Amino acid sequence: MVKLAEWRGKELFRKYGVPLPIGQVARTPAEAEQLTRSGTVPLPCVVKAQVLAGGRAKGGAVRFANTPEEARAAAQGILGLEFKGETVKEVLLEQKLALGRELYLSFTLDRSARLPILIVSAQGGVEIESVDDAAIARIPVDPFPGLAAYERRRAAQELGLSGPVAASLDRLLSALWRLFQQEDAELVEINPLAVVGEGLVALDAKVIIEDDAGFRHPEYSDIRDDRTPLEEIAREKEIAFVQLDGNIGVIANGAGLTMATLDVLKEFGGNPGVFLDLGGTDDPKKVTEAFLLMAQAKPRAVFLNIFGGVTRCDTVAKGLVAAMDQVPPGERFPLVARIRGNNEREGIEILRAAGITSIPSLKDSAQAVVAAARGSA
Amino acid sequence: MTVLVDAATRVVVQGITGHQGTVHTRQMKLFGTAVVAGVTPGKGGTEVDGVPVFDAVREAVDTTQANAACIFVPAPYAKDALIESVDAGIRLAVVVTEHIPFHDMLVMYHYARSKGTRIIGPNCPGIASPGKAKVGIIPNVVFRPGRVGVISRSGTLTYEIVNGITEHGLGQSTCIGLGGDPVVGTSFVDALPLFQADPETDLLVMVGEIGGTAEEEAAEYIHGHVTKPVVAYIAGRSAPPGKRMGHAGAIITRGRGTAESKVAALEKAGAQVARFPYEVPEMVAAIAARQARR
Repeated sequence: MVKLAEWRGKELFRKYGVPLPIGQVARTPAEAEQLTRSGTVPLPCVVKAQVLAGGRAKGGAVRFANTPEEARAAAQGILGLEFKGETVKEVLLEQKLALGRELYLSFTLDRSARLPILIVSAQGGVEIESVDDAAIARIPVDPFPGLAAYERRRAAQELGLSGPVAASLDRLLSALWRLFQQEDAELVEINPLAVVGEGLVALDAKVIIEDDAGFRHPEYSDIRDDRTPLEEIAREKEIAFVQLDGNIGVIANGAGLTMATLDVLKEFGGNPGVFLDLGGTDDPKKVTEAFLLMAQAKPRAVFLNIFGGVTRCDTVAKGLVAAMDQVPPGERFPLVARIRGNNEREGIEILRAAGITSIPSLKDSAQAVVAAARGSA
Repeated sequence: MTVLVDAATRVVVQGITGHQGTVHTRQMKLFGTAVVAGVTPGKGGTEVDGVPVFDAVREAVDTTQANAACIFVPAPYAKDALIESVDAGIRLAVVVTEHIPFHDMLVMYHYARSKGTRIIGPNCPGIASPGKAKVGIIPNVVFRPGRVGVISRSGTLTYEIVNGITEHGLGQSTCIGLGGDPVVGTSFVDALPLFQADPETDLLVMVGEIGGTAEEEAAEYIHGHVTKPVVAYIAGRSAPPGKRMGHAGAIITRGRGTAESKVAALEKAGAQVARFPYEVPEMVAAIAARQARR
């Protein structure tokens, strides 16, 4: 998934016609001063750190400015800040508005209902998880007719809006629904959505784009997420690779088997450090690449747990043996292999020729790798 | 008909000339499945492994009376492929393709449902009934005919568990891999009644994963409607908490979706929940032994 920073989310809002405060991004204190001095961003203004984590106001990552000098100082104070693991590289300067009520609004997917869902609450401006269930309205939307006028009227009613503000909500909801569908969003959230005079303004923007829709949205491909450098390389090679804080490397195929493998390792006192899901592949080169990537993560021991289906055991064995030859002697680690399923016999033979024994039982092989990780400490 | 597929199942493979399509057409035939047609636009008139290839699903259905589709078409074209098979009168479509955007899948699901077509998948291993037919990619070697029904959200973990059941000297009536995507055509709750009603199934295995609330919903259904014994396993008890859908997702699920919540719900519904995959065949064997004594 691609989480968009607030300012990127707001660029989308602007494109689809969702009302916003006047604002602009600055990357240096001087830029922040210039934007306010020139009137591009009217004063007084708010200066907000562009990070993905929530709770910015409480964490000192949102400040106010009445003069260009104060805008500069605010930007100076926020840029470069470490906020919940992210370094602030951009600030968003926006005009400060006289706010009325603050509301909550989002579109996301309801997996159980297999429908998009519009969620609204009159209690915006706080974390939605902390809002009482009774104060949250859930409006399922059928993707065929799309968001209907009566559903938009219902949302207005739930939010207690009428007159021109309700009309503003109607237009905003139509725009946001189009954005949700056309941009292949998993989540579009406005919190708070503020009543300003007789209209509405989106004070924040949280947009998450679905990875799988990348083929029709190349524009999101260069937006980095919160991945580690190795995770980024893995992503380019289309290998699912996640770094945890343990010391055992796990190479498995399929999400379910990978998770089950981690569960079993934990049970026997192991501590998985990296897991890598080969997915379905019948290219030995991809297996070699995956294995070399694993080596870079410097695990104490590696557990290869493969159940061959689309991914055949002999393919994995070939790729693995090729990779072993490429790992420098000083960086080698104990390897425990368990390969079952399609072409199992051929795979086991290839491994045996390279001096690796495949242990057929999951329990036994998991215990062996936990012991190996301890032994090489 | 056992559960959804049987000896009368006649399969059309969409995307048959691609690598996966070709490989699995052969495997499905080796399983004993009647693969009667393939479709790849522009490749009509050719053959793959003795199976005639057509340009369009309608043509394939008219010529070969295919009644089930197995879709390998790449994600950007999968929605169109599914709509084409629905429009050609196919009423069971197994979508193997992975990485289909969920916005596309929402359209596929609701369109198929409006026309009476059941989708299995996407991103799924498909369905197999040993001795009868297989539509999908589950390896043939793991199966043996028997009376255990298997429903799973996983791929390879399903193979692992089915293989374990076979190694314990038991076999399967039907095995369905539902697929792990956020939106699936057939959920546990959709599949459970088929197995409960199936005279060839004596007991059920359910393989779930963390995320979503499909297992909790299945537990509710089992409580009220399933009289056959159920053995369940939930993968991901040790996984770091997922953040896939963010805050709005959290208020839809409201504390459900974790391994603990799924295990508790299933146990409350009377299912036996295995802590590890290798415990599943042991539990199944014990139940089967008790059933045999009766």
